Amino acid sequence: MHNKSVAELAQGLHAKQFSSEELTRCFLDRITRLDSDYNSFITVDAEAALASARRADQRLASGDGTALTGIPIAHKDIFCTSGMRTSCGSRMLDNFVPPYDATLIQHFNRDGAVILGKTNMDEFAMGSSNENSYYGAVRNPWHTDLVPGGSSGGSAAAVAAMLAPAATGTDTGGSIRQPAAFCGITGIKPTYGRVSRLGMVAFASSLDQAGPLGHSAEDCALLLNCMAGHDPRDSTSSEAPTEDYCQQLDNSLEGLRIGLPREYFGDGLDAATANCIELALKTLEAQGATLVDVSLPHSHLTIPAYYVIAPAEASTNLSRFDGVRYGHRCDQPVDLHDMYTRTREEGFGDEVKRRILVGTYALSAGYYDAYYKKAQQVRRLIKQDFVDCFEQVDIIAGPTTPGPAFALGAKSNDPVAMYLEDVYTLAVNLAGLPGMSVPAGLVEGKPVGLQLIGRHFGEARLLNVAHRFQQATDWHQQRPAALTGGNA
Amino acid sequence: MAIEQDEIAKIAELARIRISPQQMGDVTQRITEILHMVDQLQAVDTADVEPMANPLDAVQRLRADEVTEQNHRDAFQAIAPAVENGLYLVPKVIE
Repeated sequence: MHNKSVAELAQGLHAKQFSSEELTRCFLDRITRLDSDYNSFITVDAEAALASARRADQRLASGDGTALTGIPIAHKDIFCTSGMRTSCGSRMLDNFVPPYDATLIQHFNRDGAVILGKTNMDEFAMGSSNENSYYGAVRNPWHTDLVPGGSSGGSAAAVAAMLAPAATGTDTGGSIRQPAAFCGITGIKPTYGRVSRLGMVAFASSLDQAGPLGHSAEDCALLLNCMAGHDPRDSTSSEAPTEDYCQQLDNSLEGLRIGLPREYFGDGLDAATANCIELALKTLEAQGATLVDVSLPHSHLTIPAYYVIAPAEASTNLSRFDGVRYGHRCDQPVDLHDMYTRTREEGFGDEVKRRILVGTYALSAGYYDAYYKKAQQVRRLIKQDFVDCFEQVDIIAGPTTPGPAFALGAKSNDPVAMYLEDVYTLAVNLAGLPGMSVPAGLVEGKPVGLQLIGRHFGEARLLNVAHRFQQATDWHQQRPAALTGGNA
Repeated sequence: MAIEQDEIAKIAELARIRISPQQMGDVTQRITEILHMVDQLQAVDTADVEPMANPLDAVQRLRADEVTEQNHRDAFQAIAPAVENGLYLVPKVIE
């Protein structure tokens, strides 16, 4: 059961080939047996999962199940789950049991999905390797000495290791797409505002967006159908109508114009990765798509603009962690000031502190215009590059990352080198566009991701292109060798 | 732009994060590296460019001034580090 797609599992559940309880037990058993190798989960509540599975079985028996009823889903530990610890990968929230569900969790509950557990992540979603977690690094199921990517590294690893059929993640600068690429799975970051942010611990509010990770575009479409939609309780949630993301999956690619930004195929790109991407593009060309050379001339400014805007917003958002209302509080504070400063010293890890400090600096008197305002102006130039491109093409394609997964520890002491990992993904968040990563090859046994970028609210078209690509290739069906043997 | 340790200390104070003296050198170096990378922005001509706060240029939506949330005070206080009589407790502020 563990190697089936969500679509196949739903079919099996509806046809009564197996129950949600059996299915959930299968994944819980796998987590117990295998996750010590990957550390992809922070919290698993087996009793609650099985109780929820039994309720799903009753619903399926009564005939009013949905496409996700009874499907166990792993959720990034950034989504508030009522009564279940939500740590955000931080000591600050190690003891935080939310009194409410995120809107996204409510949607999954509404559809009868089972919460399998909460996945590991870089602290407050800040990182590209999942090494910044208070709960320890996550390991890549393809090679356990490699990082799984981040910040949704636990979600990506859990799906890649078949410890969950699908998972949720969040993407502020690449945090769904980059781990999906490194772990050989499919993930989509929808348009900014497509999925509610209510109950999703905030990192950078103008960039954060939740999305699904799964083995295939079809599975991502099934999850996105559940997740997407206007939320009146999130003032940045879009009122644009949603669509059935499964409906257009099989559409023809005849006449599709795919833009290849020359800046994404330059010096920084690993040669073997470039080969995989070129082969993938040929596959799309063979299905009737036309490849068009385009330019995103401000690409070189995405990392600097992002590393002003994201830290500035983070420094504001994370000011709420003050040791007063919830979360960590230091022992024996001598006064209020001591309580704030020691609580935050103890509660936050190094990378989170760095970003708060950079953000505080960028927003402080005398520096605001030179940093924050400047970065917001450059952000508009970056967005305009995409607007111009989309006058010529329907989607944009390129690599998700400059190369395959790197070794644990290789970049953890050099923040700027780590930031460069997101060179192809950050602009999508700055521009608010939907983007996805699709498995497109292996380099020395390490997965490579093809990134597809769409117009605002063009998720259905992206998923269509990814699905057609997956009909013609089997990269998304490849699994880590260590997990396809008899005992896995 | 190079940044001095006393500036880091000032920012850390604004951000209410204690940085131990042993860590100050390392933190200063890392932040200097990040600001150096970010300084590429200064070379861009943005004279007539409107700053962009929201990727869809959305404006704050307003809603009717009606009570829509229920009172969850007990649930919220149950997860606080220290409460008494419905109030959040902090170290003494006023003598």
